[in-house]
Amino acid sequence: MERKIRVLVAKPGLDGHDRGAKVIARALRDAGMEVIYTGLQQSPAMIVEAALQEDVDVIGLSILSGAHMTLLPKVHQLLQEQGMGDVLLIAGGIIPESDAEILKREHGFAGIFGPGTSTNELVEFIQNHVGSRE
Amino acid sequence: MNKSDLATRILAGDRRALARAISLVEQGGAQAKALMAEIYPHSGKAKSFGVTGPPGAGKSTLVALLARTLRAQGLTVGIIAVDPSSPFTGGAILGDRIRMQSLGGDSGVFIRSMASRGRTGGLARASGDALALVDAAGFERIIIETVGAGQSEVEIASIADSTIVVDVPGLGDDVQSIKAGMLEIADLFVVNKADRDGADALLRRLRSMIELGGERYRAWKPPVLKAVASEGQGAEAIIAALEEHWRFLESGSAAHQKAQERATRELQEVLAEMLFERLQNQHSHEWQQAIEALAKRQQDPYTLAAELLKQL
Repeated sequence: MERKIRVLVAKPGLDGHDRGAKVIARALRDAGMEVIYTGLQQSPAMIVEAALQEDVDVIGLSILSGAHMTLLPKVHQLLQEQGMGDVLLIAGGIIPESDAEILKREHGFAGIFGPGTSTNELVEFIQNHVGSRE
Repeated sequence: MNKSDLATRILAGDRRALARAISLVEQGGAQAKALMAEIYPHSGKAKSFGVTGPPGAGKSTLVALLARTLRAQGLTVGIIAVDPSSPFTGGAILGDRIRMQSLGGDSGVFIRSMASRGRTGGLARASGDALALVDAAGFERIIIETVGAGQSEVEIASIADSTIVVDVPGLGDDVQSIKAGMLEIADLFVVNKADRDGADALLRRLRSMIELGGERYRAWKPPVLKAVASEGQGAEAIIAALEEHWRFLESGSAAHQKAQERATRELQEVLAEMLFERLQNQHSHEWQQAIEALAKRQQDPYTLAAELLKQL
């Protein structure tokens, strides 16, 4: 039978703006994926535990607060500790290019998507990368 | 991961193995069947209950509250939350965890969201298998939240030990939101958002409907309880009523009857699925021909089905 791509969409940290995350969640659903949306103010530990229970292929983090260099590496670290290094890790929001480079180079992020990214681009990115994971 | 190894890890309570196994049974296939053959004998220890009711009744909030209450009693809790898949794209947004954030970080709780994947009875095809897996992993109480349900989403009653039907005031003037099917499967009614206008009237209507139910409710009369789940009110009484229902099920013939009903349904379902798979895989030509013939209205579905069955 067909294998569904499962994606956890989460908002780490304290900012309360989840419109972007909801738009992404819808776009991924419309592309046939199963999206687990956990809501606001998630700690890295909560995100990784939810990803484990839901057995997701992808974690998408939306962050606008500026705390990305603290929270995002933490998520990656916890995933490694759980032996979940095979989960595709991506993030979006307000993340400067220089930080994005560091997150990709040193903290296991496969992609960082800034404002203006088309949802099609994101869907394709996930489909290509999850496909190659197997 | 070696499969019997997967079973061993599940039985040892390994959360990641459990999560993987649920994905496997969702996908179906030979590996999933082999795993269930190993796991099934180890299930049946947990007490389970379903929470169903119309969209917006507060099911997720109530489930979170009941889970917290059970945790406070020292019991471990598994939650299976089903949301609908899009009939057009097959995708789904599974949002039940939003209301369950208060359970985050508790290793005595395991929450799994499932998409219905085209199934219409309020559950997913693999919900029953997922329940057995969570049970075998050692969780003592298991809560299954159905998709927002109205009238015919009654499958939950054949999977869980008890069924809670949640209703809220203001959805219709004569118990509009939960009609025949829903009323018949309830072992327990909860009027949620009971701080709203109309709660007492709804409570009375439900009670009088049960009074009029006659024979059906002679052995077990479903209690009707109030709750304000968002304020944390009503959980203790609901848990106490569930325990009473479980004691009832264990006394006398009720348990046997319920187990028989459940087994019949389970077997019917698996048998139908296997027949279907076998026809599609081993007799795909005849299968396609039959579909053509029916689409062109050359033959009726009864004759065609009888002919397909002869192929087996």
